Amino acid sequence: MKKIIQVVLSAILLLSAGSLMAAEEGAYNPKDFALHHIADANTWHIVGNVSIPLPVIVYHKEDGLAIFLSNKLPEAHHAEEVETEMAHEEHGMDMGKVEEGMEQEHPDMEAAHHEPASYKGYVMVHDRVARADGTAFLDLSVTKNVATLILTALLLIWIFTSVARAYARRPGQAPKGLQSLMEPLIIFVRDDVVKPNLGDNTERFLPYMLTLFFFIWFANMLGLIPLISNPNLTGNITVTMALSVLTFILTNVNGTKDYWMHILWPPGVPLWVKIILVPIEILGIFIKPFALMIRLFANITAGHIIILSLVGLIFIFGNAGESLGGGLGGALVAVPFTIFMSFLELLVAFLQAFIFVMLSALFISLAMEKHEHHHEEAVHH
Amino acid sequence: MFILIDALDLVTPDPGLFIWTVFIFLVVFFILWKFAFGPISKALGDREKGIEEALQSAVRAKEEMANMKADNERILNEAREERSKMLREAKEAKEQIIAEAREKANTEYNRIVEEAQQQIDNQRMAALIDIKNQVGNMVLEVSEKVLRRELQDRNAQEAYTRSLVDEIKVN
Repeated sequence: MKKIIQVVLSAILLLSAGSLMAAEEGAYNPKDFALHHIADANTWHIVGNVSIPLPVIVYHKEDGLAIFLSNKLPEAHHAEEVETEMAHEEHGMDMGKVEEGMEQEHPDMEAAHHEPASYKGYVMVHDRVARADGTAFLDLSVTKNVATLILTALLLIWIFTSVARAYARRPGQAPKGLQSLMEPLIIFVRDDVVKPNLGDNTERFLPYMLTLFFFIWFANMLGLIPLISNPNLTGNITVTMALSVLTFILTNVNGTKDYWMHILWPPGVPLWVKIILVPIEILGIFIKPFALMIRLFANITAGHIIILSLVGLIFIFGNAGESLGGGLGGALVAVPFTIFMSFLELLVAFLQAFIFVMLSALFISLAMEKHEHHHEEAVHH
Repeated sequence: MFILIDALDLVTPDPGLFIWTVFIFLVVFFILWKFAFGPISKALGDREKGIEEALQSAVRAKEEMANMKADNERILNEAREERSKMLREAKEAKEQIIAEAREKANTEYNRIVEEAQQQIDNQRMAALIDIKNQVGNMVLEVSEKVLRRELQDRNAQEAYTRSLVDEIKVN
């Protein structure tokens, strides 16, 4: 009990320290706050000023491969501010000139300015790694999202291999423990999501569909845990894109002759309709996975933004930590709404995983469908 | 406008993260395929098959039970029939035996009666013959006596003969 109180108290202290920092930095900006939280980052920000540095893996054409921890990177944002302030004092620039100076973001200039303040030619800009000279580079860093990916992967592997072991240990018997928690979900995915679409091919696609479902669901749920900084994994367009690309590949690799015929030369349609239909069908190949990508991304991101906006209300009402009463008033409004939204997001987390997998199964089944009426037509002609 | 620019950042894919996502997802997929979902799916299928088989065998056992019951009943009925048949047969045999015995007794009786009759007849005949013989002898004696008396007196002879004849008639 004592320990819990200690943890809670220290959390409150850290939070207030964070908000004080925010107050020092300037007016609270809810937009930046929200967008910063849902964006990827090269550090894992826990609470207040506490953050875990993550490994940065970058490749640059000239400098080659570099691997280091992100806490070695200097903050370019701060450095820039300091320098412009210094420049301001030295040269007595007016406001217009400062703005002009801000606009002068030529790579060469930046490189000249930031050369000493960079680590191996890299700096940190808004928690993301960037080249000090602004040139292009390949960023394979373990970012917050990559770390969450790994966490999700380990969680999935740990849970489902132990469930599989339970099946091996007690063959043919009723499920027990974690096994009985997961079995209805596995059966739900198999019988209600995959089987109605894929029918006889269920066994073939089941491992992929199950992995996809649990991967998305677990990632969605991890994003709802506040103290690990709401990793916005499935609300990241790159992640949803990667998943949709896999479904896209599976769909088209398994496409039958009928499927391609329907797209490239729709049967039983006059020529002028074909001219209109074929481009639409070709676009359709890409629109289907694109819709998958956008749907998951938008739903999860929207949920995060709503929760962050509600939390942001506290800081707006509290005038960024200056007014305790306002902050409490804001909390009074925001906390019930946030709790409600969190429950809603729990539902959305499951629902979106379900929809993504169901549509994946549907798209694959549509591509694998054999159209019987072809043969009938062939007989008639 | 600023929101639009910031949001643009939000929908710009990150190649590094893309590579990581595909890589990690595929690794997870293959591991789970080999060590989790493959075996789980197989185990679930096996269990479902086992349950179905158990249900079917239960139905079969029930049918067998019903068949056995029917068989038992049939056997019982047969036995019952056999028993009644045997009883009937025994009864018939008994009656037959009794009838036969009665018949045999009857015939024996008849035969014995007949033999007795015959014997009686024979004896009677023998007696009659004996009587006849005796009568003949007596007649001869009488005749002898008569013949002897006739030699003495004719009238008396005749009277005597008549009396003798009367005596015979009486007899």
